[in-house]
Amino acid sequence: MEPTSFVVFLSSVLFVIGALGVLLRRNALMIFMSIELMLNAANLAFVAFAQRWAQLAGQVFVFFVMTVAAAEVAVGLALIVTIFRTKRSTSVDELAQLRG
Amino acid sequence: MTDWIVLGLLGVLSVASALGLLLSRNAIYAALFLVLNFVIGAVIYLVLNAPFLAVVQISVYAGAIMVLFIFVIMLLGAERLTPAENPPGLNYQRPLALILGVLALGLAAYVLLTRQASAAPVAQSVDASPTAVGLQLFRNYVFPFEVVALLLLAAMVGAVVLTRKTE
Repeated sequence: MEPTSFVVFLSSVLFVIGALGVLLRRNALMIFMSIELMLNAANLAFVAFAQRWAQLAGQVFVFFVMTVAAAEVAVGLALIVTIFRTKRSTSVDELAQLRG
Repeated sequence: MTDWIVLGLLGVLSVASALGLLLSRNAIYAALFLVLNFVIGAVIYLVLNAPFLAVVQISVYAGAIMVLFIFVIMLLGAERLTPAENPPGLNYQRPLALILGVLALGLAAYVLLTRQASAAPVAQSVDASPTAVGLQLFRNYVFPFEVVALLLLAAMVGAVVLTRKTE
């Protein structure tokens, strides 16, 4: 097993933990943080492969993923704040109806 | 050999902090575990010859994004998480999620352990200084860069519009 395989395996472990967080937790904030963990795991795999093949393109792509994650967090947290104003809760189970 | 010790230690710490995020009952503690995970990720980037991304990881993820998270958690006063109970009719969901997660992990381990790494020789290490990354970014990826700038502007406008109090 070479270092690249180890890092890719680590990245898949982190991704699965993030996915479990999305599936098991009921709090919207926890779900968002788990999504960040999954994005980070994908970035880790990108950097590992960039190092393995000596290509900078992987690192540039990680840079783009980070900017998209920042945009996603800004909009997502704004949505959570708006939902909290009407529902007084951040649990996703409270959002099971279409009417406000 | 030292590389292996460092990588193994970082891997254990990384998985431990991720599990801390998954299991903690307090949203602030979970956010701090995530910060720890991001910092460890930055160190792994350093080991993997990506110093620019390591610094961006610290300043953007561990800095800006997590500050935003903790700010919102404290603003809403939502740090105490009620123990999750299953919504009616979804009792099978949590064990199923666990089983599927373990299955996905086992599949990844199987593929990585049984497939031989390709015989191609490991490429020479490339110059990954911020200068080189910047040149790559502005020579070959100018258009995606501009699109991302537009995306950030749209996200900013969206966040402002969404949180504005309607009269």
